[in-house]
Amino acid sequence: MKATVTAQPAEVTEHPMEALLRMDRIPHIWCPTCGIGTALTAFAEALKKIDYPLEKVCVVSGIGCTGRVAGYIKLDSFHSTHGRAIPFATGLKLANPELKVVVFSGDGDLAGIGGNHLIHAARRNMDIAVFCVNNFIYAMTGGQVAATTPLTATTSTTPYGNFEQPFNLPHLAASCGAVYVARWTALHVRRLARSMAEAMNKKGFSFVEIVCPCSTIYARRNKLGTGLDLMKFYHDNSVIKHGADTRELDIEYQKKIIVGKFIDRERPTFLDAYNDWLKKRLKDKFVAYGGPQC
Amino acid sequence: MTVTSGPGFSLMMENIGLAAMLETPCVIVNVQRGGPSTGLPTLPGQADMMQARWGSHGDYEIIAVSPNSPQECFEMVIKAANLSEKYRVPVLVMTDECVGHMTEKVIIPEADQIELYPRRYTKLPPDQYLPFKAGKDLVPEMVKAGDGYKIHVTGLTHDEKGYPVMSWEVQEKLVRRLVEKIRSHADELEDIEETQMEDAEVVIFSYGISSRVCIPALQKARGEGIKVGLLRPIICWPFPEKKIKELSSKVKAFVVVEMNYGQLFYEVERCVAGKTKTLLVPHGGGWVHDPENIYNAIKEAVK
Repeated sequence: MKATVTAQPAEVTEHPMEALLRMDRIPHIWCPTCGIGTALTAFAEALKKIDYPLEKVCVVSGIGCTGRVAGYIKLDSFHSTHGRAIPFATGLKLANPELKVVVFSGDGDLAGIGGNHLIHAARRNMDIAVFCVNNFIYAMTGGQVAATTPLTATTSTTPYGNFEQPFNLPHLAASCGAVYVARWTALHVRRLARSMAEAMNKKGFSFVEIVCPCSTIYARRNKLGTGLDLMKFYHDNSVIKHGADTRELDIEYQKKIIVGKFIDRERPTFLDAYNDWLKKRLKDKFVAYGGPQC
Repeated sequence: MTVTSGPGFSLMMENIGLAAMLETPCVIVNVQRGGPSTGLPTLPGQADMMQARWGSHGDYEIIAVSPNSPQECFEMVIKAANLSEKYRVPVLVMTDECVGHMTEKVIIPEADQIELYPRRYTKLPPDQYLPFKAGKDLVPEMVKAGDGYKIHVTGLTHDEKGYPVMSWEVQEKLVRRLVEKIRSHADELEDIEETQMEDAEVVIFSYGISSRVCIPALQKARGEGIKVGLLRPIICWPFPEKKIKELSSKVKAFVVVEMNYGQLFYEVERCVAGKTKTLLVPHGGGWVHDPENIYNAIKEAVK
């Protein structure tokens, strides 16, 4: 007699990310094969590896596809205005320096409309971690050219191909003074999670770029296949090069993508510099600001 | 609190809308210059009054105060901070370059003599707290980030939990509350200074620096036996509708003196609703009104 194997459902256990997600908001709005969900999963992994209690971690997003991350993560989370996630995060951090403030947003939000805030927060070495999902396009609004669109790529506003030189985001962040700079793709989930944890544990302005597939808008317009095809592309074309000169990190259209950790250095944060300087100038008259960290 | 003059006010309008939506207590000072655009830096204007009320997209309410002296600037900024905490709403201090650069005696009380409205933190534990659930006064209680409440805050239309919901029902409930939490308190938000209003038949309606320029015109007309008084709204938004409506069936005319080509004038007209005469003494900004023009308007009003 043939033995029948009745598959006993394993005891229902909690989804590994359940404690960190607002399950009552799932399913999320992202398209199938979008890379943002993968970036969020890596973030959830990273949160398990950081030195801060989770109730002290805040997430701030701007507007756009990645801007929705704040709405799914079960921490104090803030969905602000377009481009203004960094100033919002700056306010949060300065109002309560005990918080670990993470900005999670997209390339259009952080490097396009919010580019000014990005460079100044890096310059000041504001103690926040910035995770920038780069899908090379303004996806939510219909695929307009972005500050990160590779040369020659087609977008809804560059039907004959993009002719504007895009930003090299790690170089931008590094040259403005970021103390931690890394880039990974949505394929490099473990390395990405490790980098995110390092970035959050780092004191000062940390920046992690996450190259992500956008199959609905970017890949479709450029006939690059599905999200899976883009993951295959990342697999075949990513080159891990820790400590690479950030000047050499330009992303050319469908060419190799250099990934890795490029910068990890020390520099006084905004609040450290503020406290040190005013202590020097005002001596005993000055009361240092910054809560228990000071 | 943040301070600006004209262009900065325009630039950051989107975030006033965010503050209204998130119900973030904040104070924004606009020392008005002549506009539009770069206009007249460091010369006076009062032409941002409607922008203060309607500047960010969507429907919402704010509170705006309009001090007319350095002493009142001191007091009104404190009041603005208190009102912003009480109603969880952006409060705009709409002054002008003249008042902004004015030098006058200011009496600053001891710190412990200044009344401050404490932020309204919830006493509820995280599992019972809903960030946008309001009681009878329509103002929800707050928590601090980092206290374990794991709140979500968004500029999207949201329910009491703070979660985005794209439905007309949730929009209706939220926007109605944002509007009603100010409108239903309009009476207690009335703050008007009355000068020689007891027997007034002609009412000058003016605020900020313009209200001070009205005084010589008022005195000259009084000298000729014209029964004229001055009504100065210290809180301009919400607009003191009730007062204007009451007066409109009693007085011969309203003379509105403001440094623009008609902004609060239209609010006065709306409340008067044809019951009495309304005259505007406009000014493009850059300098204050000539009191003679105000006097002439008073004469015109009693004709």
